[in-house]
Amino acid sequence: MRAYRVLLGSRMRSQTAYRRSFAFDILGSVGIGVVEFAEVYIIFTNVDVLGELDFAAAALLFALANVGFSVADMVVGHVDRLPAYLREGTLDAFLLRPLPVLAQLITSDISLRRLGRTGVATAVFAVALPLNDIVWTPATVTLVVVAPVTAAAIFAALFVCAAAIQFWLVEGGEFANAFTYGGAYASEYPASIYSLPMRLLFSFVVPAAFAAYLPLLVLLDLPGPAGLPQWLGWCTPLAAAVIWAVALAGWRAGLRHYTGAGS
Amino acid sequence: MTEPIISVRDLRREFVVRSPAGRLRRTRTVVAAVDGLSFDLEAGSAVGYIGANGAGKSTTIKMLTGILVPTAGTVRTCGLEPIRRRRELARQIGVVFGQRSQLWWDLPLRESFRTLAAIHRLPTASWPARRDELVERLDLGSFMDTPVRQLSLGQRIRGEIAAALLHSPPLLILDEPTIGLDVLSKERLRVFLAEQRALHGTTLLLTTHDMDDVQRLTERIIVVDHGRCVYDGTLTGLVARVGAERVMAVDLAEPVTSLGEISGTRTVAVESDGLRHRLAFAPERTTAGAILEALGRRAQVRDLAIEEPDIEDVVRRLYLSQTRTPRSPSP
Repeated sequence: MRAYRVLLGSRMRSQTAYRRSFAFDILGSVGIGVVEFAEVYIIFTNVDVLGELDFAAAALLFALANVGFSVADMVVGHVDRLPAYLREGTLDAFLLRPLPVLAQLITSDISLRRLGRTGVATAVFAVALPLNDIVWTPATVTLVVVAPVTAAAIFAALFVCAAAIQFWLVEGGEFANAFTYGGAYASEYPASIYSLPMRLLFSFVVPAAFAAYLPLLVLLDLPGPAGLPQWLGWCTPLAAAVIWAVALAGWRAGLRHYTGAGS
Repeated sequence: MTEPIISVRDLRREFVVRSPAGRLRRTRTVVAAVDGLSFDLEAGSAVGYIGANGAGKSTTIKMLTGILVPTAGTVRTCGLEPIRRRRELARQIGVVFGQRSQLWWDLPLRESFRTLAAIHRLPTASWPARRDELVERLDLGSFMDTPVRQLSLGQRIRGEIAAALLHSPPLLILDEPTIGLDVLSKERLRVFLAEQRALHGTTLLLTTHDMDDVQRLTERIIVVDHGRCVYDGTLTGLVARVGAERVMAVDLAEPVTSLGEISGTRTVAVESDGLRHRLAFAPERTTAGAILEALGRRAQVRDLAIEEPDIEDVVRRLYLSQTRTPRSPSP
């Protein structure tokens, strides 16, 4: 553990070394968060309800999805730049050190500037939570605490999947982005507005709906659209575990392909 | 007899090269970068691994260190199968790639060493002493707090070597460590490596294009060509085998157009309007002394220098002397 702490510590110091540039980075990230939320706000100036959700519920959905995604993006978002690591020989350097390669890749960077977006999402979360009509029981309290964590875990696993794919598709960055950023975007809106195939794709292939929409159904006690019954909201940790298992298997296969195929 | 620190048997590594043939079709060619290589390295030895670009040197090193899987054959490094026991092996070897940095670009060396010590779980009580030894011997003191990206090439390579040796590995593998360095930096590095060997018994395997590296650092050389071992022995033996020539460059007091026939030599070039003559000679046919004596009878020698055979030249001659069936083109 100490090794990872030292690795991450050095990354953080190098990013905050230039105060002003770091401040602007944070500001830019806040800007992205605000613009994303503005999108939701504008929609609700035109409609009262979107996919069974009112504005307060949609804001909570946005907040859950965004806290999860921005944290995942901060901690593991750089792994989908795998081709650059391959080109620069950094991955070979990882292979020559006595630590797991994926752990080294994840701790090789941490984008603290993304905290700006996390900040915006947390603020929206704090405002939207009391505005919603939630029956507070030990179960729902647990869900509210666990949901952002599992959301982050799901998006992090998607990033690792995206990285693994790029062992084969060296110029596959755009393809991989469709799942990571595409999944994040999909998770910000109620899955009920998508057509059934899309809804199933973003639930059971790319488990974006598990990150925020399904837990929200439980919190607000909503029935859920066709194909997505409410009880699935309780399966969020399971979905995170499954997508992580897929991500790790994919990563291991990718690394084997790399050591087999060479650079 | 103790187990060799590196043991390679019938090692083979193929790459698939796809090249376009027509608009949609692509041809798939299998190229063997390493083709039936076998050798052993005794612990404590120093070996130069030589070959032209694309001969399979880097591929071999990647298989020895656990970056690449062999297509066929076996590799044992420090008694371990490199890929399967990669992390164990990483604790026992130090690897430096002259052209690829393993340091953190934005960190100063002091931080890099601290991070590496944590990665290798070096005991807090002992590793700073090792670091200080390396800092002193490699003369890193003046730039320990400068980010690596601001270091000169020579400084960076010294830093890389210190980083690779921090965990005191019994085996050090260097892939073209002196490439691009100036004469002084090269010299300092060689002195340091020889010293580490004497002090810690570190086994050295290095690939290089520099003849002086081979002469100064290694006692055995392995030459590869198209992935096969074409020579394994001492440098003297290799030079004798291919009949490589040394070159004597003499500066004369007065210009002379032609020195005439000097037994056992061949005029390579006449420069500066006859003031400088370059004579090639094979060491087994004549001596520098005999040539000098013959020269003294014809002209007044002001200065002279002897150039050792160029490694590229020796290898080229060795390649040419190989009588083998035609091969597929190299990748």
